[in-house]
Amino acid sequence: MSASTNISYQKLEDRSRITNLLLRWFLYFVLVLFAFYFIFPLYVMLVTSFKTMEEIRQGNLLTLPGQLNIESWAVAWGGRGYGAGDTYLRPYFWNSIKMVVPATFFSTFIGAMTGYVLTKWRFKGDSWVFLFLLFGCFIPYQAILLPMARTLGILGISNSILGLVVVHSIYGIPFTTLFFRNYYVSIPNELIKAARIDGAGFFKIFFKILIPISAPIIVVTVIWQFTQIWNDFLFGATFSFGTAAPIQVALNNMVLSSTSVKEYNVDMASAIIAGFPTLIVYVLAGKYFIRGLTSGAVKG
Amino acid sequence: MFKSLEKNLPKIVLAPSVGLISWFVYGFILWTFYISFTNSKILPRYELWGVGQYAKLWGTRKWLIAVDNLLIFTVLFLVICIVIGVVLAIFLDQKIRTEGILRTIYLYPMALSFIVTGTAWKWILNPTLGIEKLFVDMGFENFTFDWLVNRDMAIYTIVIAGVWQSSGFVMALFLAGLRSIEDEIVKAAKIDGASLFTVYWKIIIPMMRPVFFTSFVVLVHISIKSYDLIVALTQGGPGISTTMPALFMTQTAFHKSQVALSAASAMMMFMAVAAVIIPYLYSELRRENVS
Amino acid sequence: MYWLENTLLEVSLQEQLRANMLTLKIKDLYKSFASTEVLKKINLDIEEGSFLVLLGPSGCGKSTLLNIIAGLETIDKGAVFIDDYDVSKVEPKDRNIAMVFQSYALYPSMTVRENMIFGLKQAKTPKDKIEQQLEKVSNFLKVDELLNRKPSQLSGGQRQRTAMGRALVREPRIFLFDEPLSNLDAKLRVEMRHEIKKLYTSLKATMVYVTHDQIEAMSLASKIAVMNEGIIQQLDDPQTIYDKPNSLFVADFIGSPSMNFINGEIKKDSQSVMFTPNNEDNINFDLTHYEFENNFQNNQKIVVGLRPEYVSNTESTKKYTKKLSLTPTIIETTGFDKNVTFDFAGSEIIGRFTPNSGVELNNPQEVYFDLSQISIFDSNTELRL
Repeated sequence: MSASTNISYQKLEDRSRITNLLLRWFLYFVLVLFAFYFIFPLYVMLVTSFKTMEEIRQGNLLTLPGQLNIESWAVAWGGRGYGAGDTYLRPYFWNSIKMVVPATFFSTFIGAMTGYVLTKWRFKGDSWVFLFLLFGCFIPYQAILLPMARTLGILGISNSILGLVVVHSIYGIPFTTLFFRNYYVSIPNELIKAARIDGAGFFKIFFKILIPISAPIIVVTVIWQFTQIWNDFLFGATFSFGTAAPIQVALNNMVLSSTSVKEYNVDMASAIIAGFPTLIVYVLAGKYFIRGLTSGAVKG
Repeated sequence: MFKSLEKNLPKIVLAPSVGLISWFVYGFILWTFYISFTNSKILPRYELWGVGQYAKLWGTRKWLIAVDNLLIFTVLFLVICIVIGVVLAIFLDQKIRTEGILRTIYLYPMALSFIVTGTAWKWILNPTLGIEKLFVDMGFENFTFDWLVNRDMAIYTIVIAGVWQSSGFVMALFLAGLRSIEDEIVKAAKIDGASLFTVYWKIIIPMMRPVFFTSFVVLVHISIKSYDLIVALTQGGPGISTTMPALFMTQTAFHKSQVALSAASAMMMFMAVAAVIIPYLYSELRRENVS
Repeated sequence: MYWLENTLLEVSLQEQLRANMLTLKIKDLYKSFASTEVLKKINLDIEEGSFLVLLGPSGCGKSTLLNIIAGLETIDKGAVFIDDYDVSKVEPKDRNIAMVFQSYALYPSMTVRENMIFGLKQAKTPKDKIEQQLEKVSNFLKVDELLNRKPSQLSGGQRQRTAMGRALVREPRIFLFDEPLSNLDAKLRVEMRHEIKKLYTSLKATMVYVTHDQIEAMSLASKIAVMNEGIIQQLDDPQTIYDKPNSLFVADFIGSPSMNFINGEIKKDSQSVMFTPNNEDNINFDLTHYEFENNFQNNQKIVVGLRPEYVSNTESTKKYTKKLSLTPTIIETTGFDKNVTFDFAGSEIIGRFTPNSGVELNNPQEVYFDLSQISIFDSNTELRL
């Protein structure tokens, strides 16, 4: 018995070793193949941005530039300096900063407070309130675009950074509420009860007990809001034009408006500049970025 | 007096967000809904005009093209993103040594805006100097790739760029789902003699049903709203061959000044999203209540 | 006729082999995760039909050992033998084992029936055989009513039964259990413990069972391996482990309340062997003429261990009884008896008193130590003397 079992065991061992090895190779092959697909555009953008137009015409997408030509980067960022019609990203970059920072702050703060009330000061019907707010994550913004444009006009803040701050702050609330609510749900209510017995009130509990332990979700929310608002095009393009436009709008205008000759190197440098802040955030805080995507966007 | 203030404090704090959302989300949607039943042109007018705008909308060739495009785009975008996402997630879950780096690479497009994505792909798909030249240089002399300027094919370039941007996200969702599966289930299946393929096909993938559902909802949602990518990549062209509902809506409102027609198209989009989202929210809520 | 003779010889040889064959044998096994050694030189011999319990605190390596037996974990050094064949590199499915998990690990998308026959289907067992097995096992485990339900529609006990059913239908050589009862509430746990014991009694199959619960271990095992820090401290039948623990760790781990320990010193001369507890210079335990008296040296530091049931208020005139007057500091009633705590020799001593004893707090009490039942350990090596 044991002799024949030995042989069959040996066979099984060999077979499983070989299939495992083949499977492993196939696995890595597919994974690396896709890595190339994903990295390819970034590579093309980078090399193109450092090429001269001559090199672009001579070579192809993959060829490296003869030397690092930072001319197109300078043009993308600071223009050529011939006044009218010279579009470049610098002022719009600051527009976006001025829009993103306050809008992220306000929406995060309101979301934190709302999430706090909805989880720690529960009342009858609170889950309906949550659902009511949550729905705001899903609406196609086209359905609110027209009245928003009119409202901004009436308030006298259309075509201004302030207007965009207001818009982004409001439409960020559903997302930020979702993040904070889901985070605070997991914090034991005993903590709040203990604080109340110790005599802390509504605001004291929030600022002294919850906020200090909210760092992870604040980071997630801030990154989410920052990325969303920085990358927004619809609101920017609809509610602002000219000098008050955010960077995505400016990038699009630059790329479309190049008059006679297409300057792909400048286009690519501009695109990288416009994508740079969010890319940096992603590289530095990828973990939180992904957590936001999977927890917030699981529902949003 | 003070006591009742203290007691109602939570609701008072809640009031601003509820108020803002009521007005700016629900109020505005109702306003748009109302306007879609008027004959507003450049400025809103409030006399009711019936369902004329909807009739007009569904008789407009551009809108029909937009809806067709949306269907094509949604189906392809959905299927390809989910297939790539599932495959990458499952492969990455096999104790891959370089998982961290690969995951970072697969997901970084998600950090970029659709405008940046569109700009990059517009250059890559450029019919003269782009991918076509690359292949010609590699020795495929008769290779042509003109999808970007080809009426029949341009919509697929949007799929290519869209998939590039979003499939990493589906991968992340599935990876999180796979990681939440108990170790012991896989161990039990191994002892039961299931091959790796069977473990995934018969046990793990069926367990991923909620993740499929979530990905479906998120991707459909992205595709119905897709606007930026088209603007950056094709501006709806060549001609109007890559128009989609979101683009139709803004163009009709702000270039053609047909506010009511635009409102009607916006409401159609809203209803499409609602048809996907409401069942989703319902099931999510039920699941939360069960657990 | 030569071949026939030969075959017959072989058959009888095989029978002989089988009779004293070890179903499971583990030889010089080592396992590390990163830089931590979780198993250090494990050796185990398990005979056909025995019920081995791996018992120890969490992190002692018992679950890792079980996973290694199952083939779910690789080995760094050493080998696992099933039926005398080295299976160290054999896939779990080819080891002829079945396992019941702590979380039950039922496949959520499958019904009870599909869960139970999944393994048989993978092994391409004929349909009628599968049905036959399923019927037998589901009757035996009383899950025949539940066959079409999904795991999410089952109670904890029903899930447990299904998980056991999944193991049973395969009729494996060895059953492995990984803390299968720890997710059940106290009452159900006792019930299921009985079920498992019944199962074992009727199947007489070889079983390996991991738990941190000493009562489970004592009541189920035919052999217990007490583990700590990746080492098997003692491998014996339950009663031996209880009565003659071979180290301080085992003595302390087994039994509730745990064994009393009295630290002290041996005074030995040509006539007598005496034990003097620390801080109690005028108390002596006379150990003269003990069978193991020769194991001591004069002035050796030792620990005397005595289970609470041998510290009582029942008067005794047996040979090795020591009477002392001590003051109770805590009295706990269990119903069955009273656990009375005293301060003695710098530590706490717990005795089991009869429930109707009139013992009172802070009221000195006659206490009888039955010294015939002591275990003695060396203070330094912590091993039994």
